[in-house]
Order: sequence, then structure tokens, then C-alpha cells
Amino acid sequence: MTDDQQNADRRLSRRHLLLGGAAAGLGAAASVGIAHAVTGADPAVVADSVLGGFATVVPFYGAHQAGIETVPQAHVTFVALDLLASVDAAALRRMMRILTGDAARLTQGQSALADSEPELAVVPARLTVTFGFGPGLVARTSGATPSWLRPLPAFTVDRLDGAWNDGDLLLQIAADDPLTVAHATRMLLKDTRSFATVRWAQTGFRRSPGSEKPGTTMRNLFGQVDGTVNLVPGTADFEKLVWGGAANPGWLAGGTGFVLRRIAMNLDKWDELDRGGRESSVGRTLAVGAPLTGVNERDEPDFEATTPIGFPVIPEYSHIRRARSENTNERIFRRGYNYDGQPSGASVSNSGLLFASFQSDVDAQFVPIQKRLDDLDLLNEWITPIGSAVFAIPPGCTSTGYIGDTLF
Amino acid sequence: MNTRTLSLPKTILLAAATLLIATGCASAEPAAPSAVAKESESLSISDSWVKAADEGMSAAFGLLENNGPTDITVVSATTPASSMIELHETVENDAGEMMMQAKDGGFVIPSGGSYELAPGGNHIMLMGLTAPLKAGDESTFTLTLSDGSVFEFTAPAKDYSGANETYEGDADMEMDMDAETETGTDN
Repeated sequence: MTDDQQNADRRLSRRHLLLGGAAAGLGAAASVGIAHAVTGADPAVVADSVLGGFATVVPFYGAHQAGIETVPQAHVTFVALDLLASVDAAALRRMMRILTGDAARLTQGQSALADSEPELAVVPARLTVTFGFGPGLVARTSGATPSWLRPLPAFTVDRLDGAWNDGDLLLQIAADDPLTVAHATRMLLKDTRSFATVRWAQTGFRRSPGSEKPGTTMRNLFGQVDGTVNLVPGTADFEKLVWGGAANPGWLAGGTGFVLRRIAMNLDKWDELDRGGRESSVGRTLAVGAPLTGVNERDEPDFEATTPIGFPVIPEYSHIRRARSENTNERIFRRGYNYDGQPSGASVSNSGLLFASFQSDVDAQFVPIQKRLDDLDLLNEWITPIGSAVFAIPPGCTSTGYIGDTLF
Repeated sequence: MNTRTLSLPKTILLAAATLLIATGCASAEPAAPSAVAKESESLSISDSWVKAADEGMSAAFGLLENNGPTDITVVSATTPASSMIELHETVENDAGEMMMQAKDGGFVIPSGGSYELAPGGNHIMLMGLTAPLKAGDESTFTLTLSDGSVFEFTAPAKDYSGANETYEGDADMEMDMDAETETGTDN
């Protein structure tokens, strides 16, 4: 197929650009070394090693959308869009064809079609683009709406700010480089201009790639190891609880459900808590994230263990005890990010967590967990959900299809 | 400067007339002998797209590539999306302004080389949209080549706020094509 050839050509030019950029950024001696290396080596390999993996691409096409099983990248932008009233199924088809085509190109380090800043597209940095459909989008098609695709029930801890809720179309744009994320976001939003308006955008971050051992569990801005107990891509549990969902409509086969909660973390109030209090609120140590009954992060918590005077070592009110269910179907796949906004008033922080989770049935998996945390979780003293959105994540597509082609 | 706005409609009208004649000639020509490989078989296009527009004018872009042994000339183009179409180039006039005009002799794609159609440069000009060209719509284009063979490709419409030189021929003058139609005789 000539497409492959064209893609190969584009990749080649990208590699040359990458190498050009790398050489320009290093000292003269290093440049000579690179030039020497280039003569005898695959430019892609050289580029990837010189650039510390930022030339790495994540395949776009497949049975599932990328950006879910993908090891979380360092930077993310979530954008929710409201469809214009005029957008029907035919318009959705036009929009998703364009968006899919550009997402596929950008994730492979190629400029978008009619890219106004093509030089910004040459560092893929494991870019993924994941699309989600809200109830308002599904309602414009002939497809059935999953029973759970609706705003979450109101929780007593919620202080939802309308600025961060809901939406018709979700874009999760993630990469290890923030400029790559910004360019992809802009190019894709330009594609949506005659179909939708931006409802909200939220950016998040983790540690930079290479700054810690791969596979290290994220830390949130409370300093806690956050996300130890999680479903693992490739396991039977993951297949069942993320990609399963027999009750979901047929168009969603290969897809899943998505919840994004913007959770404000009151760092200024957290400052008042000593280290012991911080650890018991969660039930894990701050140093390594081990349960208070264990030594290592992955140790199973012993909820029966008691102190010499008879109190549970992991308190009843702790986060990990409240989050855990006897029902193993009530599990979710978390892929969250930190956020850090501009403080206002007397506060010196405006920070929190973009709690992002994937699960095939939001009502059966996410909601029971959140209900338990709503009822009792000492951490609620310092955290407040201020935004909430639910989307259906359609399956992936082939190179001749588009995201959403099972629905419209 | 008056010449800026004055020159454009004239250029378009002249070019349009030229095109009609050229098209007539091309269609009257007999097809090339089939023993020789058709030029259309050596031609390819990548990254084709057309600027979305509600009415009036638009332009199509992409990268034409010729992997054949001889140069290929694109003589003319047609599309159901537009009642009038031209092969345009953007050139600097004597006053130093970038102006678009019909490309004399058509687009020549060198053997083993490429020919870029891009905003601010060469492009296929659509001068009478038959229907709104909505983002995501696919349009079919048919290029007639110098040997009489034809090359067909499709291009999706994209929202694009640039490519205004296509209509104006002058990046300094912020004027959309509707305004130009209404006031194009003077400034």
C-alpha cells in the first residue's frame, strides 16, 4: 500500500528532524559523535537513544483505543466538548473521520493534515489520543445508551463546580512532552470548530520520564504513593473489568467506561497534619506506600492486625480500608494525574488530583467504591470532589475506519 | 494601493476564460496510445485536503509525486464540488505583492520528483462551489495530464483559517472573499 511508503518517508524525515534538533542542542564534540553514529546505524535507533525515548510512538489503530493500557505518560490534557445543536449522526461521522485521521498521524510523529505548525509534530513522546462519548453524543445516534452513561449520583462530599462537569465528547491527549500535548490538543480542537465548543479543559502531570524507575507508582501532591492497588493491563481481571461488560450495547464492544473526577486537595490544611496522622488517614506509609501492617508497597494489608492496646493498625476510617470491597467485581483501573492551579485569596495552593478511572460498568464498579468513601473516609477531611464527568470509550478502529464507526 | 484589489478579479476572470478554452482543447484531444505507460500510473498524491467553505471559493492542496521516467504536466482539473476550477500559482508581482494567477502550462511534476500544493503557494482553485464544503466531506478531483490520461483523487475538507491568499493574493489585506466580491472594483 502506498500509504505505508508515504508513512515510511514521513517517519524518515521525522528522524532526520529529530537528529538535526538533537545535534543542534548538544556540544560540538557530541555532534561529531552523532554524525559518526548516523552513518552506520538506523536513524530511528540513534534518534531514540539520543533523545531518551521521546521518539517512541504508540500504535494508534487496534481493537482498543490507545491511552488506556498505555503506561501513563507524564502529561495529559483532558478536553470535554459540547456539540453544536446542528450536529447529527452524519456530522459526527465527518467530525470523527477528521479527528481520527489527525490523531493517527500526530501519534506517529507526523504532522496533522494541514498542520499549521508541522515542526511541533516531530516529537511523538508516546502521544496517545483517546476519545470518549457522553450521553449527549450517543443520543444523536441510533445506538443504545449504556445504562451507566449519565452523571454520577450526588455524593455528600461533592462540591461540584459546574466548570468541570459532563460533556458530549472527551479527548484525552497524553504524552511525555508537554509541547507535544499542546500541539496535538490545538490541532485536534481546530478540527472540532465547526462541530463543537470547548466545555472544559484540564491538564495534569506526573513525574517526567527517566526521573524514576519505570513502573514506579505515582505520587500525588499529598506526597502519598497513589495507585498501588490497580488492575493490570493484560491480565484476565483487566479483560473482564475494563474490556468486558456483557450488558453494554454492541457498539461499545472493545470499549469501556470512563470517569473523571476533579478532586481538590487542601494542601494548606494537610500542612497542619503530622506525619503519623497523614499515614493513618490513608493506611499506608509515606516513605514507600506500604500498608501500615507491612514493609513493602505491594504487601497485602492486614486489616485484622491490632496495636498492643487493641486498636486496628489500619484504622477503620482509613482510605484503603474504605476503598476495598469484599466484592472483587467492584474494582476499577485508575490512570490519574496531578493538577496544580493558581492559588487564590489567602491560599498558597490550588492543587489536586485528576482521578481518572476506566471500568466497563461505572454503576457496578465505580459507584459502590465512591459510596463507601462518601460514607466514611478520613481523607475526606482534606479532599473535595469539585468536578465529575462520565464517558463511554468506544473501541479502537482500523486504518480504514474511524473512532465511533461502530456507533455512527 | 488600488492595484491590489483591482488586479485580482481581472486575474481571475482572465484565467477563467483561459481555463475554459484549455479545457475545451484537452477534451477534444485523442487519448494517448496505450502501448506506453500512462502518466496517470506514475502519479500519486499524499496529504490531499481542501479548505472547508460554505460557498464561493476554496482551494485544494496536497503533495503530487511522479515516480515515472518523464515529467508529468497537470493540464487541468475538475471536481463535482465546483463549477469552475483553475490551476493556480502564487507569484510576486512588480510591486512586490504576492498574487495568485493561473499557472501557465499547468503544474509540471518532474520525473522522480514532487510538486507541492500548499496555502501560499501552488494550489487547485475552486471558484464556484456547487454546495457547502463541510469539514470532513470528501471531494473527488480529476486531473487531466499532458498525455490525456486522467488521475483521480479524493480530498477531505478541513476547517482552515489560513489559505486566504488564495482569495486575496495579498496577506496584508484582511478581506474575505465576500467583501472582495462586493467591493472588488476599487479600494
